[in-house]
Amino acid sequence: MGGSSSLLPQEALGEYQELTFLNKQEILLAYKRFSELLPREQRENACSVRVPKSQILTLPELRPSPSRQANPFQHRICHVFSTSEDGDDSMSFEDFLDMLSVFSDAATSDIKSRYAFRIFDFDDDGVLDGKDLEKLVNCLTGQGEEARLSSIEMEQLIRNVLEESDIDKDGTINLSEFQHVISRSPDFVSSFKIVL
Amino acid sequence: MKNKEENESKEEENCPQQSRASRRKNHRMKRNDGKKEGGERDKKASSKDEKESENKEKKTNMKGKEEENKQKKGRKNSASSNSSNSSDEESLSEEELAMLMEEVEQKKKLISTMRNKPWRMMKKLSVLREAQAFVEKFEGALGKGKGKKLYAYKMMMAKKWVKFKRDFDNFKTQCIPWEMKIKEVESHFGSSVASYFIFLRWMYGVNLVLFGLIFGLVIIPEVLMGMPYGSMPRKTVPRAEQATAMDFSVLWDFEGYIKYSALFYGYYNNQRTIGWLKYRLPMAYFMVGISVFGYSLMVVIRSMARNANESTADGDDDNFVFSWKMFTSWDYLIGNPETADNKFASITTSFKESIVDEQESNKDENIHLRRFLRVLANVLIICCLCGSGYLIYFVVKRSQTFSKMQNAGWYERNEVEIVMSLLGMFCPPLFETIATLENYHPRIGLKWQLGRIFALFLGNLYTFLLALMDDVNEKLAEEDVVKNITRWTLFGHYNSSMENSTATPAPLDPADVPRGPCWETTVGIEIVRLTVSDILVTFVTILVGDFIRACFVRFMNYCWCWDLEAGFPSYAEFDISGNVLGLVFNQGMIWMGSFYAPGLVGINVLRLLTSMYFQCWAVMSSNVPHARVFKASKSNNFYMGLLLLILFLSLLPVAYTIMSLPPSFDCGPFSGKKRMYDVIQETIELDFPLFVAKIFGYVANPGLIIPAILLMVLAIYYLNAVSEAYQRANAELKKKMQLQREEEKNKRNNKASTNSMMQDLEDLLAPSTKSESSPKQAEDKKKDSPNQASPVGKQEKAEVLNSSPIAAGRRAAFIPPPHVLVTRPLTPGTWAPYPQPRQPWPGGRPMGPFPGRGRGQPRYIHPI
Repeated sequence: MGGSSSLLPQEALGEYQELTFLNKQEILLAYKRFSELLPREQRENACSVRVPKSQILTLPELRPSPSRQANPFQHRICHVFSTSEDGDDSMSFEDFLDMLSVFSDAATSDIKSRYAFRIFDFDDDGVLDGKDLEKLVNCLTGQGEEARLSSIEMEQLIRNVLEESDIDKDGTINLSEFQHVISRSPDFVSSFKIVL
Repeated sequence: MKNKEENESKEEENCPQQSRASRRKNHRMKRNDGKKEGGERDKKASSKDEKESENKEKKTNMKGKEEENKQKKGRKNSASSNSSNSSDEESLSEEELAMLMEEVEQKKKLISTMRNKPWRMMKKLSVLREAQAFVEKFEGALGKGKGKKLYAYKMMMAKKWVKFKRDFDNFKTQCIPWEMKIKEVESHFGSSVASYFIFLRWMYGVNLVLFGLIFGLVIIPEVLMGMPYGSMPRKTVPRAEQATAMDFSVLWDFEGYIKYSALFYGYYNNQRTIGWLKYRLPMAYFMVGISVFGYSLMVVIRSMARNANESTADGDDDNFVFSWKMFTSWDYLIGNPETADNKFASITTSFKESIVDEQESNKDENIHLRRFLRVLANVLIICCLCGSGYLIYFVVKRSQTFSKMQNAGWYERNEVEIVMSLLGMFCPPLFETIATLENYHPRIGLKWQLGRIFALFLGNLYTFLLALMDDVNEKLAEEDVVKNITRWTLFGHYNSSMENSTATPAPLDPADVPRGPCWETTVGIEIVRLTVSDILVTFVTILVGDFIRACFVRFMNYCWCWDLEAGFPSYAEFDISGNVLGLVFNQGMIWMGSFYAPGLVGINVLRLLTSMYFQCWAVMSSNVPHARVFKASKSNNFYMGLLLLILFLSLLPVAYTIMSLPPSFDCGPFSGKKRMYDVIQETIELDFPLFVAKIFGYVANPGLIIPAILLMVLAIYYLNAVSEAYQRANAELKKKMQLQREEEKNKRNNKASTNSMMQDLEDLLAPSTKSESSPKQAEDKKKDSPNQASPVGKQEKAEVLNSSPIAAGRRAAFIPPPHVLVTRPLTPGTWAPYPQPRQPWPGGRPMGPFPGRGRGQPRYIHPI
């Protein structure tokens, strides 16, 4: 394992530092963690291999377990950050770095809120509508049956959210409205973080 | 693309070989880029803005190329003698240079802000490489003649500097201790528990500085250059105690050898200078004592100010309660399923709570009972506080009688510490139980709880101090007696030795000289003992209350009647507020004691160090996260505020003793002086030139000090007024924004409602209008209806005339003020247009004040 960090070429490391909010140690750590996800024979060229979603999800911050899950947005995060062309949400090392960069301490609130919007946008249509919000609430309240909100409560909740943040009253929340709301929030930046 | 191709071909005609190649490479890269884009096109959500920025990118590239071409062409036309091999740069004109420079700057800016762009890594990489290549290529071209070299050098240095800064940053982050540990805790328990550990680390840093100050400037000089142990009475264990001075039980009480060591005030000599350095130890001792407080105050206030700056955008406006709950409540750091479950539960409850709040905001049943219960709870708690205060006073008093007894047992000697620790352990849960009577909202309840614990600790501490003060006064009275005894003993000794022999008398052994009680050391020892017992109690509580309990719950769960994990004992939560308060009070004790026991800070540094590892371990191994998860961001300044308060409160007794009590006559660096601060006057008089002493004399004059204080008070008043004015302006602005937002909302709402209303109307009208209206009539009406009907929106007349009559009529329906409606009702013709398709509603138009009026409209319509 010790040699794995040296495999990342120096100039690539420099470029990654330039392009992400991560520092050198974090990139190297990310590289190590990423190559640990790969089968042994592929570790040599970890930069060019894609890791399937099921492997990515074994990271502690994203790990699902049979009955319960740590992060309810794991699938969405994989989906948003994956550049895979055949839609299997697999991730390359660069996608992985992208993700860590957005979720790092130093990332700006602007970029964080942009990606948060895309994570919450379950149907990928560029706006948060009632269905997206409903899914979001279900994600947040967990999977237990008794934890679910009743349909009346859900309706009320979604209506309230839309009333607050849907400024142009088109029944959906678009990116700028979302960012407007998020920018006022005192603790979004501190909680929208993942550390390895 | 086509344009680019043309450029490309032109270039290839008149470009030197080398640059052509590079350009081709560039081109290829761009194509690649394009291809990637194509691949990405299916990503709908982000594609738009990405593409836009990309286009911009491309445009600038293109421009750059055109410029290049121009340059080259110009060069060819004007100076044909110049071969294409000669250096490009010299022929650049001023203007072109400026443009190029600008572009290079732009690229550089792009490079530095690249990480803020929401692009894919692949794209970022390619753009970065391109930009870097561009910068590298043309950077050298800038600057002319002699300036060129300098410029290149400057550029190189800038690059190096950036690299150095980055490396330095990396190094700095590597140097932050326990970063990984805290992150691990953070990922298991969320940011609020981690905030405690960050606070602990900060505290450790502050204590390390204090430790360095005290050890470097007081203890080490004394040990190295001061008189050695046993050379004088204050540095020697008295004869009566010597037999037991090395016993562990004695040392454990900080008596014996420890009492007569550099860890306590009494050990220091009042010699003005020590060693070959002529180090002024008493002066240093005094200044270090002051600067401990000065530094702490500065650090606390600075970090408070920084926190306040960071949280300027605090979310106290409750416009977005629901949205925030929805969008920002998940803590992405949570990586532990149990924590996640708790978080799910807390989010669900908070959703439900806020919905219920919204539904029935003020429904208060049986307010009298609740009031009664709250009053009762407060009375009970005040009784508890008074009781604990009295208990401590009583115990301290009793301990003074015990200390005079010779054969006091272990319990008698440690009674004060034990009682105080027990009170600190059992009162908070008791308060919590009482607080359930009050039935406050949990957030308010927590504040009350914290306030009460704070009051308890503070009360205990101050009772302890008061009792100690009594003790000190007693000792001061005792001292006068001892002073005489000492003098007589010494006198007697010399007299007797004179009688016996004519030789120089052997000096009296320092162990035999009678001593004063040295109240400073007593105070120091009391505080050190209190600190140590507090440390032990904390650690034992963690061990028993958390670890043993967790072990019991985990292993006995297999053979128990009920579910231990879910039922009664369950696992302990990590008590953030309690731990923070404990830390804050401990620090207060350190500040209070550090003047009389310089070694106390060292003990505290050790304590914080072990506490860091121990608590990290305990949290990870045996705690479950809070069921009610608090956000860390708001509480940081709260901790700091507590710390500041404690710092101030612990400064008071120390300042009082320094300013108004006489130091002991035979121990400590200030012995023989009337007051401790005399050491400063002495230094000024003896070591500074005369005029400095004079200046100090003037400055210390009350005539000067009182105006200075007055000035400061006035300044505070003024600054306060200014900040209040700013605050008011802020509130005003906020209100304005809110109003605007409300207005906007109303507008939209009205539009929505009127739209639907018009829909109804149209449905209603559709059959009648078609059959009855004649085009001509409609035209007539079209002309005058806007005139009468839209006095509000006159500027829109032209637009109205052009638009369809339906639209005009509809607009008329809710724009006109009431009197228009009454005096000149619209004739049915208005509503009889050509059956034209509906036109899109023009947006952003000011609405009439009574949108609801439209409802009344239909009765004017049918003439039937």
